Amino acid sequence: MSGTWISTRAWLLMLPLLVVMIGVIGWPLVDTVRLSFTDAKLVGTTGSFVGVDNYERMLTGSSFQRALVTTTWFAVVSVAAEMVLGVLAALLLNQRFRGRTALRALMILPWALPTVVNATLWRLIYNPEYGALNAALTQLGLIDSYRSWLGEPGSALTALIIADCWKNFPLVALIALAALQAVPRDITAAALVDGAGPFNRFRFVIMPYLAGPLLVALVLRTIEAFKVFDIIWVMTRGGPANSTRTLSILVYQEAFSFQRAGAGASLALIVTLLVTVLAAAYAALLRRAAGAS
Amino acid sequence: MERQGPLFTAFVYASALLLTAVVLAPVIWLFVMSISPAADLSAKPLNWWPSEIDLSRYRTLLSAVENSAGAAFIASLMNSLQVAGMATLAAIAVAVPAAWAVSRTPAVSWSLYAVIATYMLPPVALAVPLYMGLAYFGLLNSVFGLALVYLTILAPFTTWLLKSGFDAIPREIESAAMIDGARLDQILRLLTLPLAAPVMATSALFAFLLAWDEFFYALLFTSDLRAKTLTVAIADLAGGRVSDYGLIATAGVLAALPPVLIGLIMQRALISGLTSGGVKG
Repeated sequence: MSGTWISTRAWLLMLPLLVVMIGVIGWPLVDTVRLSFTDAKLVGTTGSFVGVDNYERMLTGSSFQRALVTTTWFAVVSVAAEMVLGVLAALLLNQRFRGRTALRALMILPWALPTVVNATLWRLIYNPEYGALNAALTQLGLIDSYRSWLGEPGSALTALIIADCWKNFPLVALIALAALQAVPRDITAAALVDGAGPFNRFRFVIMPYLAGPLLVALVLRTIEAFKVFDIIWVMTRGGPANSTRTLSILVYQEAFSFQRAGAGASLALIVTLLVTVLAAAYAALLRRAAGAS
Repeated sequence: MERQGPLFTAFVYASALLLTAVVLAPVIWLFVMSISPAADLSAKPLNWWPSEIDLSRYRTLLSAVENSAGAAFIASLMNSLQVAGMATLAAIAVAVPAAWAVSRTPAVSWSLYAVIATYMLPPVALAVPLYMGLAYFGLLNSVFGLALVYLTILAPFTTWLLKSGFDAIPREIESAAMIDGARLDQILRLLTLPLAAPVMATSALFAFLLAWDEFFYALLFTSDLRAKTLTVAIADLAGGRVSDYGLIATAGVLAALPPVLIGLIMQRALISGLTSGGVKG
């Protein structure tokens, strides 16, 4: 069979997927670009061309800058915490102890819990009047009176980050554990015989096996964290006093609450660009890491 | 690793206990809330264990009396099942031929990377035109419209998983059959697809879980019982003026049950899927 026929056949088989992708992703993306240069409303007027007005207004506005800082903080802190906790949990799960299999199975629970259910659960835990956190801390004598964890700008974002970490660190742990199990036993044994301490064994014997999978997890988690919407919408809707308003929440408010489709589109594209740059930087990092090992 | 002092062993067990508590406590508390009488949940100091087991919310939510909280809950449950089911089937239908083609024809594999790159797109970048498009076709607040939109997430994802699945089936089997005179459709139907059945099942389960979990598009594109999914219904409950927290917890338990059961049963397949690069958000 000739090469042309084989690749024509391949394209034919891919046609349904490509049609769907163009319909639900390609066209909307192009249309978002078009809308971002107009003052279109969500319903009613189709809007007229306004050049880069939307971009200018968004980039110089204080809400965008604040949302960018909030999103970055959320992404950096939650992903860093998930990585550290995940690796520590994986190192533990790689030890030999009774009940290890059961504990490994339990790690799937937070991951399997739907994001909205997780957000709802933590919202109940943080409840200012009847929440379990207030009850526990009071009964332990750590706080004198009940606090509104999600109602105070000083604590809301941290409370969200904890809820997000709880759901996502087990996933990092499972990925890291799979990598740890690939470390050949005789290498760790040899390092032990050579008198390497625990830190050196981790840094020079185990880390090379962990680096690749952890980097992939880091990339995917960072992109997810940068796009975060669900957990914040259910727990705080971006409040109080916009202290948890991330970029996705801001786009939602612009485009759907205030119905400013054009402005919302420009903001959405700025977010897309940021995520793309982030992903490209990571991809370069990954390629270098792959080349080094 | 071989010589472990008793101190180290004690440390391992203490850490394991701590990890178990951290992972389990919130989940157990969700369940306890769902079976505690309302008075226990608003007591100060809080009753950590129910004074009696109260299953009334499960009865409330699962009874289909008209215009009750239960009817609304069951409607959203059915909507979630329908949307996730339809989106999964459609995604698998377009992904299987594409994934096989990419797996067997390296020359076109760049197109797969283009498809996967769409994973980076934040849903907000597509939401406005999708909203206008659905409105234009009269598909807002419809399970069909929502299922269609879910293909933005499920189609790239399943194609990626299936492609690695087909890669694991040696092409030599297919070439051997071809030399023996089998036609391509026979090869696929009798040889490749049966061999790929397990990976197809895993991909379908993953896709179903993704759709079951989805919230953003469902929030935007549905407005009442005709299409509202479970995630939106629960967010409504959590953000509304429901005074019985046990009821909210019960809805959460019921919504979490299918994915948690699938997660526990499919443990091995899920973890190998996760570590091979496909990761649910």
